[in-house]
Amino acid sequence: MVAQLVRLKLTLLVNTFRRSVWQTVGLVVASLYALGLVTTIVVAAVATGAYDPAAAGLVLTLGGALAVLGWWLIPVFLFGVDATLDPHRFVTFAIPRRTLLTGLALAACISVPGIATVLAALGSSLAWWRAPAVLPIALLSAALGVATCVVGSRAVTTALAPLLESRRYREVLAIVALAAVVLVGPAISSVMQALGVAEKEVDGSSVTVTVGGGEGLVRAAEQLAGIVAWTPFGAAWSLPATLYDGDRAAFAGRLAVALASLALLWLVWDRALARSLVTPAGGGRGSEARGLGWFGRFPATPLGAVAARCTTYWLRDPRYSGSLAIVPLLPIVLYVSGGASGVPIVLIVGPVVAWVLGFAVSNDVAYDYTAFALHVSTSTDGRTDRWGRALPVLLFGVPLVVLLVALSVVLTGRPDMLPALLGLSLGTLPLSLGVASAISSRFLYPVPKPGESPLKQPQGAAVATMVAQLLALLITAGLSVPAVGLTIWSVATGNIALGWAVLLVGPAVGIATLLVGIRIGARTYDRRAPELLQQVLSFP
Amino acid sequence: MARTGLVPGTDDRVGGHRYVGAMTAQAGPPPSGTRTSEPQGAPAAPPPDLGAALSLRGLWKRFGEKIAVKGMSLDVPAGSFYGLVGPNGAGKTTTLSMATGLLRPDFGTVHVRGTDLWQRPDEAKRGLGVLPDGVRLFDRLTGTQLITYAGLLRGMDRDTVASRTADLLRAFDLTKDANTYVVDYSAGMTKKIALASALIHAPGTLVLDEPFEAVDPVSAANIREILADYVASGGTVVVSSHVMDLVQRMCDHVAIIAEGQVLAAGTIDEVRGEQSLEDRFVDLVGGRSTGEGLGWLRSSSASS
Repeated sequence: MVAQLVRLKLTLLVNTFRRSVWQTVGLVVASLYALGLVTTIVVAAVATGAYDPAAAGLVLTLGGALAVLGWWLIPVFLFGVDATLDPHRFVTFAIPRRTLLTGLALAACISVPGIATVLAALGSSLAWWRAPAVLPIALLSAALGVATCVVGSRAVTTALAPLLESRRYREVLAIVALAAVVLVGPAISSVMQALGVAEKEVDGSSVTVTVGGGEGLVRAAEQLAGIVAWTPFGAAWSLPATLYDGDRAAFAGRLAVALASLALLWLVWDRALARSLVTPAGGGRGSEARGLGWFGRFPATPLGAVAARCTTYWLRDPRYSGSLAIVPLLPIVLYVSGGASGVPIVLIVGPVVAWVLGFAVSNDVAYDYTAFALHVSTSTDGRTDRWGRALPVLLFGVPLVVLLVALSVVLTGRPDMLPALLGLSLGTLPLSLGVASAISSRFLYPVPKPGESPLKQPQGAAVATMVAQLLALLITAGLSVPAVGLTIWSVATGNIALGWAVLLVGPAVGIATLLVGIRIGARTYDRRAPELLQQVLSFP
Repeated sequence: MARTGLVPGTDDRVGGHRYVGAMTAQAGPPPSGTRTSEPQGAPAAPPPDLGAALSLRGLWKRFGEKIAVKGMSLDVPAGSFYGLVGPNGAGKTTTLSMATGLLRPDFGTVHVRGTDLWQRPDEAKRGLGVLPDGVRLFDRLTGTQLITYAGLLRGMDRDTVASRTADLLRAFDLTKDANTYVVDYSAGMTKKIALASALIHAPGTLVLDEPFEAVDPVSAANIREILADYVASGGTVVVSSHVMDLVQRMCDHVAIIAEGQVLAAGTIDEVRGEQSLEDRFVDLVGGRSTGEGLGWLRSSSASS
């Protein structure tokens, strides 16, 4: 039975190669990427192990802990990423739970990330090739580590399944994850800065930030590894290094932690699976909203209806509201990353948000997914569809962008930049919207479907997505030249009058682009609406 | 059962044209060359019936290697309750998609009460209410909002939309779920709200692809009653289904299609003759296996 489950997973993996060209390309690229990563890790581990086993032990412990963390947390946020062996599908077969558990655990290793983890773990334990006594323990600890990854991952997702099946929690989680992804960069850079600053003060010399940071980083890493090695995340991975150091007591303790946590995870998974097998998916009470909402506020015309619907989606669909939730974080991110170099990067927040908001409608029909059929069967015309999607973005985008520009000017103490930045931002919003409106009735690419995590990238989307986005980007960049050029000129010469010129030129070019873009988009839409519907229907 | 207050558009010819035979499949060689109303070499179909609620002529559609619809010609008389039956993969959904403007045919024409759908889609679609199969709804809207959206997209004024929305919610027994988001509806409720959205503009012709799938028996009876009322007051309904019994009880006309072609069409009695519709269907479509060789399935031999 265990072998059958593993074979089933292998078959499923092989079958992805047959589904479509794009999926095959995606899988091949992912496999090559993973192979490259594994090779790099193994080579680096073996090389480091040759001249500095202590450093290798340190890196392996921390890297392994990071892998465990990734295995545990990523599936929670990217829910439904790997549902090929959803335990619910085995409910009707009378499979003993122990067998099912073992089979699912082994089968979980058969996927691109699974195989990569196994190879990387086993390969990097070769770092101990200079110490033959440690090597067997290293291989064993690698196996233990991988088991912690896989069983932990299953335990977490299965235990949280009741939570993850509730739409509301999924949506909140997705937005939290999106925010976390955005904040990771600045968080790391500020930690590095803090370490670098601390180092500089200790040394009292004028070492550069990177060198100082490097020294401080090693010390911090040692401390961190010391702690992590006693947690379920790092215990298994730290075993060979502990043995190498000859610390018997610590070895026994960490082995106990590793084994105990694996046993506990297995138990949690077992219990959660037992519960989920007798609890059918679905259920739960839905949320409500009174009255007509935005449909009561917009005029009762087709155009007003589309605008009301899009506004509702901007606020209620995490695929849209996620990007709105990021907007307040952007000034923080830019302020932090600009803080070190002394360049007031935060000043670009207005134009950047304007561009992002406008660009957000560049694949709107794909976001509608097959619900778009309503627009086709009601014969909604291109003008109504395009303007209806653009209007809400203009309505909340303009005040938002003005607010952000004001905030950035105050933060940096540069009121002289206000007219230029306002002009640039208020120009970029309609400009970007216009380009997006024209592009989006021509090019569609797969996006997360309604109800899926906004972080989930549909397979096979990569190349098509890049071409469409690159095209839109190039056109937007080209049309932005006058406003951006004038802004740079104004900053370079300190000429405030030029800033006022931007306030005229930017919006003028932007509004012209919006009118022309929507016209082009509407004409294409009127010609191709049924084809657009068939295209979203064909998305995998 | 509340009447919905929906009086279908313009029709006054209940049970108009009834004819059989003429609309059986026009099989010809695969389409090639420029877009014409009929593939070259195929026998010419009669001109479209401009009085019919729906008149399909020589529809072809190819998806990659597979030809899904092969020269489909069909007339749906105004005022009829028309059933479209066929095995899975017969081309029902493809045909109905082409007949409602959701899928552009490779060849052929569709007339909705004399208006060429693919030439003048705005005008033709005004008289059509469509329930497509296998598409989602704008499910981040509440039930009320979704019906309202459909009404406003059709260009109706706010008061009419509001009163009809309330009527429809009541008729489909969705009043207590009116403020729930459609994403949280059950499959049957989703079907009902989609049907309500298709009815809001009181179309002359309703085209419903699998309207009873996943609908519970009580709701299905409700829907049948609404549709029967609608036909009685002059509307035309086309439903696709593979539940023969339902079609036989509900519809007055039926077309049996398989492999993208019409095998038989006409009134129920004309098509089924002396047989039940199901037997006639199985005869025409063929491919029924006898169930022999499952002797071990009998409980009397369960000991083996």
